[in-house]
Amino acid sequence: MLELKNITKTFNAGTVNEKKALNGLSLTLNDGDFVTVIGGNGAGKSTMLNMIAGVYPVDSGSIVIDGVDVTNLTEHKRAKYLGRVFQDPMMGTASDLWIEENLAIARRRGKSHSLRWAITNSERAEYKKLLSTLDLGLENRLSTKVKLLSGGQRQALTLLMATMNSPKLLLLDEHTAALDPKTAANVLALSDKFIEEEHLTALMVTHNMRDAIAHGNRLIMMNAGNIILDISGEEKKKLTVDDLLKAFAELSGSQFANDRALLN
Amino acid sequence: MSFLNFVPGAVANGVIWGIMAIGLYITYKILDVADLTVDGSFGTGGAVLAICVTSGMNVWLSMLLAFIAGCLCGLVTGIFHTRFGIPAILAGILTQLALYSVNLRILQGSNRPISVDKYNLILSLRNNTTAIIAAILFTVAVIALLYWFFGTEFGHCLRATGCNPNMARANGINTNVAKIVGITVSNGIVAMAGALLAQYNGFADINMGRGAIVIGLAAIIIGEVIFGHFFTNFALRLFASVIGGIIYYIVLNIIMQMGFFDANDLKLFSALVVAVALGIPYWKKELASKNKKKSDSAVAEKEAK
Repeated sequence: MLELKNITKTFNAGTVNEKKALNGLSLTLNDGDFVTVIGGNGAGKSTMLNMIAGVYPVDSGSIVIDGVDVTNLTEHKRAKYLGRVFQDPMMGTASDLWIEENLAIARRRGKSHSLRWAITNSERAEYKKLLSTLDLGLENRLSTKVKLLSGGQRQALTLLMATMNSPKLLLLDEHTAALDPKTAANVLALSDKFIEEEHLTALMVTHNMRDAIAHGNRLIMMNAGNIILDISGEEKKKLTVDDLLKAFAELSGSQFANDRALLN
Repeated sequence: MSFLNFVPGAVANGVIWGIMAIGLYITYKILDVADLTVDGSFGTGGAVLAICVTSGMNVWLSMLLAFIAGCLCGLVTGIFHTRFGIPAILAGILTQLALYSVNLRILQGSNRPISVDKYNLILSLRNNTTAIIAAILFTVAVIALLYWFFGTEFGHCLRATGCNPNMARANGINTNVAKIVGITVSNGIVAMAGALLAQYNGFADINMGRGAIVIGLAAIIIGEVIFGHFFTNFALRLFASVIGGIIYYIVLNIIMQMGFFDANDLKLFSALVVAVALGIPYWKKELASKNKKKSDSAVAEKEAK
């Protein structure tokens, strides 16, 4: 479903701030894989997701989604293959637009935008139904501006928007990091539910090792712009946080350094 | 009651500039860019209308051409901004500067009279009542069209682009196209307002658009301050800008009547009005955060004790 081949990316090349973010990264995701991604600060987790989404161009390497080479496609052209949820709950929705208008925009993802009226009555009924699956009462607030929602509500709405067209690949970039523990658990549960119901292929970056172990069928650990550990199936189910910390020390030759991960 | 003689003229001016403010609303409020092109494109609209009408063209067709000319002005700024990577403000300034020369070329001089006695115009200051009615009909038509446009799929793209470009791109919206279209339509409407003002005044002038953005902003901000709380519908918000334009011109005329200022001081006055209007929400915020800090430190002191 996703094939990353030998991706490299260096920021600020040729200056004192030069930073090799990805260093010959290769990764293949099978159809239906739900992969959790962990790693220290600056390991390249978010950069990898941003590369897949086309936020910045790659220096070298190729990205193939569902058989289509998207390496040179712009961000908005890749959008039709992807669903994205960001760390910042403000980033995934347009705050001045109504809930139903945000959903209508997500519904048109990857399609042309015509001069037809954006929301029909039958679509409105469909959005109501979709929103009711979130169990947040948003189905009765279709014409509420999104900026009036809480961070958790916005993140749940973003998740719904990201998954509603059954994207080829769902990218979750620390999407619960900015939420309180209870809300984070709700959003994670929703992510699980949507991924399972729609049989989505997903990449979830997280700083919480327990979440990384508890969710998905495969776990990868990144360090210095590359994958240093890739565990799936039965082996992943048996993992503990200690195993991961040990593995990290062994493979990278240093202690796991992610301020937020250590606080968990 | 001769004191009130200025009212019809002020209202007519206010409505015409209100149409200009509606155009500006698209860039300033929806796309979240300050587009200075309007200072030039407003004059372009007037110039194109004047030259078309004096060459014997039908006034409605002339209006259409003025609109298209304005659209082209906006298109240039949109391309400067998105394809040349120039910040929106600077892109607008560049086009505006270029338009000064272009407008002189169109006018073939710095001024061109279009007398309502010679030509069949839509409105004129000779008859303020019909001028006001015509301008209001234009306003209603423009608002209705924009209300429809921003309710369409493509209109949603523009709104999302202005509100959150990251979200827009993540949802497959080409934000560059959205910006170009927004700036283009905006300047088309601004030029149309310029064409109306040229007819109303009976001449087009190279300086007619100078400071247009400031008058437009004043109209938008006054409308927002007064009606912002209870005009939540998009069409009503646009309408509020027109009322803002009328209020601006009435206040301006009252100040002129007092006799302390003359017409030369108008620009100074409009700049101050807009500066203060933009400052008020900022000062409010500052004050609120100061009060919050005070109460927070008071709480902290109490707890320390």
